[in-house]
Amino acid sequence: MTATVTENSSQQFTTFKVDGFLFGVEVESVQEVIRYQEMTRVPLAPGSVGGLINLRGQVITALDLRHRLGMRERPEGQLPMNVVVRTEDGAVSLLVDQIGEVIETDLVHFEPPPDTVSAAARELVRGAYKLDGALLLALDVARVVEV
Amino acid sequence: MNQMDEIVQEFLVESHENLDQLDTDLIALEQEPGSRPLLGSIFRTIHTIKGTSGFLAYSKLEAVTHVGESLLSRLRDGELVLDPEMTSALLEMVDAVRGLLSSIEANGAEGDPDHTDLIARLTALQSPPSQDAAAVPVQRQTDDDEAIQPEEPAVVEVVIPRLGEMLVQSGVAAPTDVLAAVLDQTLGGDSRKLGEILVSKGRAQQSEVDTALETQGETRRSVSDSSIRVDVDLLDALMTLVGELVLTRNQIIQHAATREDADLVRSSQRLNLIASELQEGVMKTRMQPIDSVWSKIPRVIRDLSLTCGKQVRVEMEGKETELDRTILESTKDPLTHLVRNAVDHAIETPAERIAAGKDPEGLLLMRAFHEGGQVNIEITDDGKGIDPAVIGAKALEKGLVSPDQLSRMTPREIVNLVFLPGFSTAAQVTNVSGRGVGMDVVKTNIERIGGTIDVQSVVGRGTTFRIKIPLTLAIIPALTVTCAGDRYAIPQVSLLELVRLEGEAVTAGVEQIQGAPVYRLRGNLLPLVYLDRELAVGPGELDRQRDTLFIVVLQADDRQFGLVVDGVCDTEEIVVKPLGKQLKGIPSFAGATILGDGKVALILDVLAVAQRSNVLLTGRERGVGDRGLRGETAVSEVESLLIVGLGEGRRMGIPLAMVTRLEDFPLDTIERVGSREVVQYRDQILPLIRLSSFLGTGGYGEPSPTVQVVVYSENGRSVGLVVEQILDIAEQAITARSDLDSHGLLGSAVVQDHITELLDVRQAILAADPNFYLSAPADLAGV
Repeated sequence: MTATVTENSSQQFTTFKVDGFLFGVEVESVQEVIRYQEMTRVPLAPGSVGGLINLRGQVITALDLRHRLGMRERPEGQLPMNVVVRTEDGAVSLLVDQIGEVIETDLVHFEPPPDTVSAAARELVRGAYKLDGALLLALDVARVVEV
Repeated sequence: MNQMDEIVQEFLVESHENLDQLDTDLIALEQEPGSRPLLGSIFRTIHTIKGTSGFLAYSKLEAVTHVGESLLSRLRDGELVLDPEMTSALLEMVDAVRGLLSSIEANGAEGDPDHTDLIARLTALQSPPSQDAAAVPVQRQTDDDEAIQPEEPAVVEVVIPRLGEMLVQSGVAAPTDVLAAVLDQTLGGDSRKLGEILVSKGRAQQSEVDTALETQGETRRSVSDSSIRVDVDLLDALMTLVGELVLTRNQIIQHAATREDADLVRSSQRLNLIASELQEGVMKTRMQPIDSVWSKIPRVIRDLSLTCGKQVRVEMEGKETELDRTILESTKDPLTHLVRNAVDHAIETPAERIAAGKDPEGLLLMRAFHEGGQVNIEITDDGKGIDPAVIGAKALEKGLVSPDQLSRMTPREIVNLVFLPGFSTAAQVTNVSGRGVGMDVVKTNIERIGGTIDVQSVVGRGTTFRIKIPLTLAIIPALTVTCAGDRYAIPQVSLLELVRLEGEAVTAGVEQIQGAPVYRLRGNLLPLVYLDRELAVGPGELDRQRDTLFIVVLQADDRQFGLVVDGVCDTEEIVVKPLGKQLKGIPSFAGATILGDGKVALILDVLAVAQRSNVLLTGRERGVGDRGLRGETAVSEVESLLIVGLGEGRRMGIPLAMVTRLEDFPLDTIERVGSREVVQYRDQILPLIRLSSFLGTGGYGEPSPTVQVVVYSENGRSVGLVVEQILDIAEQAITARSDLDSHGLLGSAVVQDHITELLDVRQAILAADPNFYLSAPADLAGV
């Protein structure tokens, strides 16, 4: 049993920054990462919905992670990037500030989310991985897309 | 599921198809219990399932099908004759098999259902009752006689093989020679091949036959070769790709139009053509005959009519009518509900039917046909019909309509009240239908797929439900409009017309009635909805400066309204894409699409927009009441009113279209017939009604030697409305209208600075002559 956990405890994350925080999503659930896409706004939609994008003929909902995580609004003129994740109900794009690299980390570095993270964000974060000089917040994608 | 053995998968698919066929066959068999082809087919199906389940070691499935097969074999051999009890047991067996198969599909195992009862019953049914024992051998005797030439019909049907046809076509052999050879084969027992017979008789050359045989080998395609099973997901994926292709085509066409490149234009036109054909072809692959849903209906009806103690025959027309499978799927529940309702509520018991002079067996007719790019489905029963009086009383009791509204409604409108939410009552609930699902749900489901439903009924004769649904939902023609910088697509099916106001007309054309903006469209008041305001994306205020006003006139749920947008772009075919679940909660959008330039646009759900803006008050009180009013104004089609005085300073407006002539009659020409006043007028008897007494005003002022009468004629009938004086004809616009809940009135308005009541002419006419409109009972025709 213990052996199995150790074997699977290594985890790869696609990382990105949102309002200065480093977030990560398991690479398996990421479909692709793309630059800024023109969006069509959706009137009457929940505030976290940034708009709709055309992903090679698919209409995909883009969720603004800043809004979703209860953070400050993205400064004027700064264009978000898209992290397209697979969910049970099809692909959803997460709007982030900046794309980071793919980081491999291990469960031994895992701990519950720190207090510095806002309450709204803590709901959507599974926990944190201590990296060298940084803290990687692992997003719970399934919850993030439950708008 | 993914690891499921291919054989099992195949077995499941095949068995499910066979089971549907089995249901149909068993019910058909009940009608003609002796039919050998039917019995044979049923037996084979069960036999196949039994065999395969034994091979795949599904022991429960094997046990159930085994007893069923035994019973069937005795039926087939004529040892037993099918009775309703056996049919029920066999149908139950089919259900048991279906349950086991579903369980295998879902869990990979048969699960744990207990079928011992069923097996015992099926076994018991195999032993014939003892008093019939003597009859059995006789029965067998006749069967044995038949068995000698079991399937030899009186008329020999000769099938000319393909080779024969080819030989005739290529002139190698004469038609008569081929026929003679075929007859030798079928009747004479000549076992040689057709070609051999012909050659041996010297009617054809061996070499020629060989050539023909070769060609035949190339061209022959049996039924099993010419059709294949295709995964629905694959078809959906293809559909998506074709959708993309159509969009790319649109882009290229737009692009080509701006270039002066003849080659490019030519190629793009070809592309256009091919893409359209491809689109059509792929759409066809998704089409399924409506029979795939209907085939389940006879079984439903059989079970239900047994439970209710009724006899119902179902007839189907247009089973082959094709529909997109997604739409077909969503018609299933509404159709089943309507059919259940018809059997449960509409069709009477045999005793009642006989008492009413009808065939004890009720008829349920289902028809489907294409018309105007839509599929029409009709469900007609010859039951007791829907009584408008009963429906009206119930609607009143439930507070769904006011007595005044009800009095203005036609019988047909009243019958259609059954679709109002809240109409279904607990008293109606039986275990058969009315299980909390009302007719309003049926209507909602039909409307969700862009369809409409309507009911017509004649008391004592029956009811017809008429459903119209679009052929496909995947690709629809739509109008794109702009609003606050974004583009939106409006399905063309709800579009009636476009109105464009410029300059002064922008401010002059839009009026306010009780704070709600309206536009006067050919005399009818069209409520306006500002899209930017509805979507909360712009000011949307009336005082917002617009140079041009675009009004998209839309039809939603029997009502019209004008949607004010910033601009109108284009009509194009759009591919409907679903919205993610994050946006499912917004009713205003039916989906999204990708426009020719690759950008995403939202598709408006016209009905939802109308409801959100309160143009349709959720289809309740106002939706119903106003329909009568709208009907009235639609008849008049004018803004001109005849203004009359009724004494006591009351002014009354009568639409000029409801005025045929104005007459003066001397008082002494008025005669009385019963309690009515009449006057001889143009060789007819003209019934008169005094509007003052009809509307409850006191008498007229000074008695004058003559009376002023407004005559209205229609279909050769006339009535006269007696007024005190004719005042004027008002051409001006009615600037305010309030709903007075008063007998005989449509409301009141300010005309020429005076409060003027608007007469409900229809009611007044009916008061004078109750039979006035009966000459054209168009509402009930066609049931």
